Amino acid sequence: VTGEPRSELHRLLLAGEFVVTAELQATDSADPASVHEQAELLRGKVDAVNCTDNSAAHAHVAALAAAHLLTDAGIEPVMQFACRDRNRLGLQADLLGAAALGVRNVCCMTGDDVGAGDHPEAKPIYDIDAIHLLRIARIMRDEGTYLSGRPLSVPPSFLIGAVENPFAPPLEFRPMRLGKKIEAGAEFVQTQICFNVDKLRLFMARCGDLGLLDDVWVLAGVFVPRSARAVRYLRDQVPGIDVPEAVVDRMESAPEDRQWDEGVRLALEIVEEVRAIPGIRGLHLMSIRNEAGIARVVEQSGLLPRPATVPARIG
Amino acid sequence: VIERETKEAVWDCRMCGQCILHSTGLSCPMRCPKNLRNGPCGGVLQDGGCEVVPEMPCVWVQAWEGSRRLPLWRDHMRHVERPTDWRLQETSSWENLLTRRDRHVPEGWKATSA
Repeated sequence: VTGEPRSELHRLLLAGEFVVTAELQATDSADPASVHEQAELLRGKVDAVNCTDNSAAHAHVAALAAAHLLTDAGIEPVMQFACRDRNRLGLQADLLGAAALGVRNVCCMTGDDVGAGDHPEAKPIYDIDAIHLLRIARIMRDEGTYLSGRPLSVPPSFLIGAVENPFAPPLEFRPMRLGKKIEAGAEFVQTQICFNVDKLRLFMARCGDLGLLDDVWVLAGVFVPRSARAVRYLRDQVPGIDVPEAVVDRMESAPEDRQWDEGVRLALEIVEEVRAIPGIRGLHLMSIRNEAGIARVVEQSGLLPRPATVPARIG
Repeated sequence: VIERETKEAVWDCRMCGQCILHSTGLSCPMRCPKNLRNGPCGGVLQDGGCEVVPEMPCVWVQAWEGSRRLPLWRDHMRHVERPTDWRLQETSSWENLLTRRDRHVPEGWKATSA
């Protein structure tokens, strides 16, 4: 993957840097300070920050707004786009609008079903799927038109990302699905949370066999649990995550006041193992209100200081 | 009418009017609650159940297994399928095939798949 960098994250990836991204805790506040407070917890620890799009099918402050606030604060966002809440018109409008507001990394996904959230009676949209959305982002950027073919006066320029879950069935098809995403337009991919490193190793080996690893940067998803409750939540409430019993047992066997340390230790071990897998080009760190844990993991992995970046500003 | 009755009985067809059963191991993708046409979402349960309807096996797990048994079209699950044309809902894909009504491809999509 070559070419002029479209974002700071892209520049680091092109330079062969092992990158670190993390997820911003989504807020439920009309006060921009709430987004800034969450973002400050990650400043200097990671290269780019994901703004989730109504994650776990709960409404939160718009990813577009959060991404814009991050850009303003000099922190580079990765703006997530889920296909659950908007049809192809809404998604294209927001892709273009995001670019206009300085967003330089997008990450396209299908999205958790509304049944997983607090509005299970809502109408799910799913007009298009994640692979369609990846292709549409590519069409807008590279062809300079909407999906319909109607021209854009100024096309967006962003690095296009996807997600993949190497831990959910059908395991044999997952590498091919990543291949489809690359063909559709994905340039980087952030994986679902990895507790089962063997599965990730197999997935990456198969991606290598398919010749995909020269065409995509893979960032391994790692969770930093704050407590045993957090891993039980992932196991019981979030579909598609493989949480081995050994992980739950390990967290539960630590006394409550030591579980935070145990979570950091667990994440550090996983980070060390995934860094050794050929083709893994970075980390995507996730937590549930445990930014301090994320910071500790980045630090103790020897990944600090992060290289200097100069995120895009508007105007 | 014949199409509806046979395809509903055999494949639990949803009459999307743009059939791609040959690319999905003969598992109708419109049975997927997210109407995915390019493969499974990331929410598939560890036992192969659907994220949305856990007691139902994931349509795409079945599609993958089905595609392994097909003498033809085995590799068609690797094809990038274009977005659904929702105007064709509840119409006959056989008729649409003959009239080429199911051949409509948005201009932007054509530009990148050439």
